[in-house]
Amino acid sequence: MLREFAMPDVGEGLTEAEVVTWNVAAGDVVTVNQVLCEIETAKAAVELPSPYAGTVGKLLVEPGQVVAVGSPIISIETAEAAAPAVEEDTGAKIGEVGKDGRVANLVGYGARPGAVTRRPRRGTTPPPAPPTPAPVQQSHSAATSRRESGFTAISPGGAGAGAAAGAVPLAKPPVRKLARDLGVDLRSVTPSGPGGVITRDDVQSHVVTPAAPAAVAAVGGVRREPIRGIRKHTAAAMVSSAFTAPHVTEFLAVDVTATMALRDRLRATREYAEVKLTPLAFVAKAVCLAARRTPELNARWDEAAGEIVYFDRMQLGIAAATPRGLIVPNVRDADTLTLRELAAALGELTATARAGRTSPADMAGGTFTITNVGVFGVDTGTPILNPGEAGILAVGAIKPTPWVVDGELAVRTVCQLALSFDHRLVDGEQGSRFLADVGALLTDPGLALTW
Amino acid sequence: MSTPQDWTPPTSAATRPGRDRPGRDHVVAGLKGTDEGGADLVQLLTPEGVRVPDPRFDSYAADVDVEMLKGLYRDLVLVRRFDREGNALQRQGQLGIWVPLLGQEAAQIGAGRAMAPQDMAFPSYREHGVAWTRGVDPTDLLGIFRGTDHGSWDPREKGFHLYTIVIGNQCLNATGYAMGQKFEGKVGGDDAEATMCFFGDGATSQGDVHEGFVWAAVYDAPVVFYCQNNQWAISEPTERQTRVPLYKRAQGYGFPGIRVDGNDVIACLAVTRWALEECRTGNGPVLVEAFTYRMDAHTTSDDPTRYRLADELELWKLKDPIERVRVHLVRSLGVEPEFFDDVQAQADELAARFRQFCVDMPAPAPDRMFSQVYAEGSPAVDAQREEFLAYHASFEGAS
Ligand SMILES: Cc1ncc(C[n+]2csc(CCOP(=O)(O)OP(=O)(O)O)c2C)c(N)n1
Ligand SMILES: [Mg+2]
Repeated sequence: MLREFAMPDVGEGLTEAEVVTWNVAAGDVVTVNQVLCEIETAKAAVELPSPYAGTVGKLLVEPGQVVAVGSPIISIETAEAAAPAVEEDTGAKIGEVGKDGRVANLVGYGARPGAVTRRPRRGTTPPPAPPTPAPVQQSHSAATSRRESGFTAISPGGAGAGAAAGAVPLAKPPVRKLARDLGVDLRSVTPSGPGGVITRDDVQSHVVTPAAPAAVAAVGGVRREPIRGIRKHTAAAMVSSAFTAPHVTEFLAVDVTATMALRDRLRATREYAEVKLTPLAFVAKAVCLAARRTPELNARWDEAAGEIVYFDRMQLGIAAATPRGLIVPNVRDADTLTLRELAAALGELTATARAGRTSPADMAGGTFTITNVGVFGVDTGTPILNPGEAGILAVGAIKPTPWVVDGELAVRTVCQLALSFDHRLVDGEQGSRFLADVGALLTDPGLALTW
Repeated sequence: MSTPQDWTPPTSAATRPGRDRPGRDHVVAGLKGTDEGGADLVQLLTPEGVRVPDPRFDSYAADVDVEMLKGLYRDLVLVRRFDREGNALQRQGQLGIWVPLLGQEAAQIGAGRAMAPQDMAFPSYREHGVAWTRGVDPTDLLGIFRGTDHGSWDPREKGFHLYTIVIGNQCLNATGYAMGQKFEGKVGGDDAEATMCFFGDGATSQGDVHEGFVWAAVYDAPVVFYCQNNQWAISEPTERQTRVPLYKRAQGYGFPGIRVDGNDVIACLAVTRWALEECRTGNGPVLVEAFTYRMDAHTTSDDPTRYRLADELELWKLKDPIERVRVHLVRSLGVEPEFFDDVQAQADELAARFRQFCVDMPAPAPDRMFSQVYAEGSPAVDAQREEFLAYHASFEGAS
């Protein structure tokens, strides 16, 4: 018979997962526990083993697609005859007490087909389950449908749950009850409480002036992606940084010809045979040296304590683009490292990041960040501070550029630097000195001897 | 790679490189577990499958002949097999969670097989191997992980308490139980009893464990504290629990502590027998640290690639608890391939039975969760039950 395998909850209480790759195709013969696919959830990437032996009928989900826990993802034709009626029965009747006193799928998992649909309450018209995300529909009229909408608001995966962007709204139980009683869908309420929590007042004022759902007129196709994981984290961090720290950005174009020549000489030496010596290593070194002269850049504004915290060690964050998104692992105590050690640390750090193996510990406690936008071929930008840090330096593309040397036009290797700093603790004087110092070191690396 | 070192007062920061601030290894790799058990590690069967003499513990393994070792091998393989099936069943939506024991089979089988029927064990949540040795059928574990019950065996009959999820809590229960054994005069005689308490390296940081140690020490309770140091407490390495090797902690409480190769089933058996004997003859408590490794995730909800590197696992694979027994059976004891095929067949049969049982498990009726709260009922719980049942009945088609 044809069996469907539904997306399981592989963590505790996950509501959705993304199918990353399929290891089988339609027509393949599979055995029990043979790996069918790899999925990724908010918690982990895991492989799903087949619950059935048989022949793959259809893959019901495309790679890259995020599906709700409980939706069928693959059908498998098994050798057994049609399942006993009892089992079919329990599949459709979630929460029901059967004749034998059993209840189907009480705890919400169970790979039975149809497990994702919720049985209608008595006296309600079942809301149509939209196959694709649709604008949130609010019903304020019938008492019966009020209960229904209040209920779906707190049950992810229920009918209509696809409408909102996945996240469950935050509200305390009495407020949830109030919303349910008033027929208010919590997902359409704007929270005013601390931490984005919906308050009693929010719910009540929502009843008075229901917000009209903004209809987005789309021309051509649209693609909607739930905001989650690193994207969500990055967004929160950037918003909090951009709107708490007053940013100032300064720019400097630097002739790095001498540094590049030094790099070529060093690369040819035995000491550097094993490491990849990139321009970024020189920038990192220059930042550490410059921060020694301008400690305001290696500091943090501690609003809660009413203090400015100055660090004697440099925990140098390196913004890295990874397959999972933007992450900023740190080179610990970068100021104590030699150029060669910095180069090695940067190499390992990026390899670890690319492999998706950066541990949370590696990302915590940074004090200054470098973002190497030059690798994308652009000249410069206005970087946003990693929350709490006093400075961030963007390094642009290094390229041959017309440049005036001794009153004559010459072709030199030039790089643009952009420094953003938190004006609460760094003034133009310190910011400019720091940037000028970094530039001077990269122009004439020999200067480092004198500092 | 770092090993917890004996703590000596730092004279200056310079003499303790790497302690005050993380070294570059830590930065790049994250904190690491270790595979070095140190010189005090008791080992009777090397990872290469060679039986090595040990003047102190050989007598406790004197009866381990071919037949007995074949039995231990069978235990190890069967337990690993149903553990893997448990993992798969979780991935197939049949279990809410599974707690894998992969890598810790020898530590559990050795300890469990050292116990006598009259002894009592207090497990945490990963002790499927100990459960097996106490005659608890693996299918009896399933309800816990399917969320339908808290364990369906009789702890008294099996001498195996229910699983404890609250970290370290069972050390208090075990100490109390051992005190009972003492009060009832079960220490010293021919039918002497003892208690085994199972917990992890992370649990040693819990107050409950400390309290259990103190109490057991000052009252000479007949309890073996059996700590499976699997190097990790979810994402925290042992390095974040202690500055001394865990077995040395016992000294501070005033009882013996010993570190055994937790991947060596013969050594675990011998050392636990010795420890139980100490307890039965009134010399308890004893701390045994079984030095082993959690080869899989903490639970099916965990993704260890986020905090530890694969090279660590590769090192421990070389110390696999099953492989060394197999090698010894083949090379030194001349056991034929048929034996191994037969064990494999038994393992697959067990896995199939385990799977079938799981899939067929009835879900309890909705009033079940209210039914065992108070022996004589309570108005508050009764009211909740009524409300819940009415809610269920409000669905269309409910009978
Ligand atoms: C009192 C308490 N605190 C925290 C937890 C969450 N928790 C579950 S397992 C675990 C780690 C335990 O590590 P360890 O003792 O080494 O045992 P292992 O899981 O490695 O076998 C923690 C902190 C808990 N269950 N109980
Ligand atoms: Mg542990």
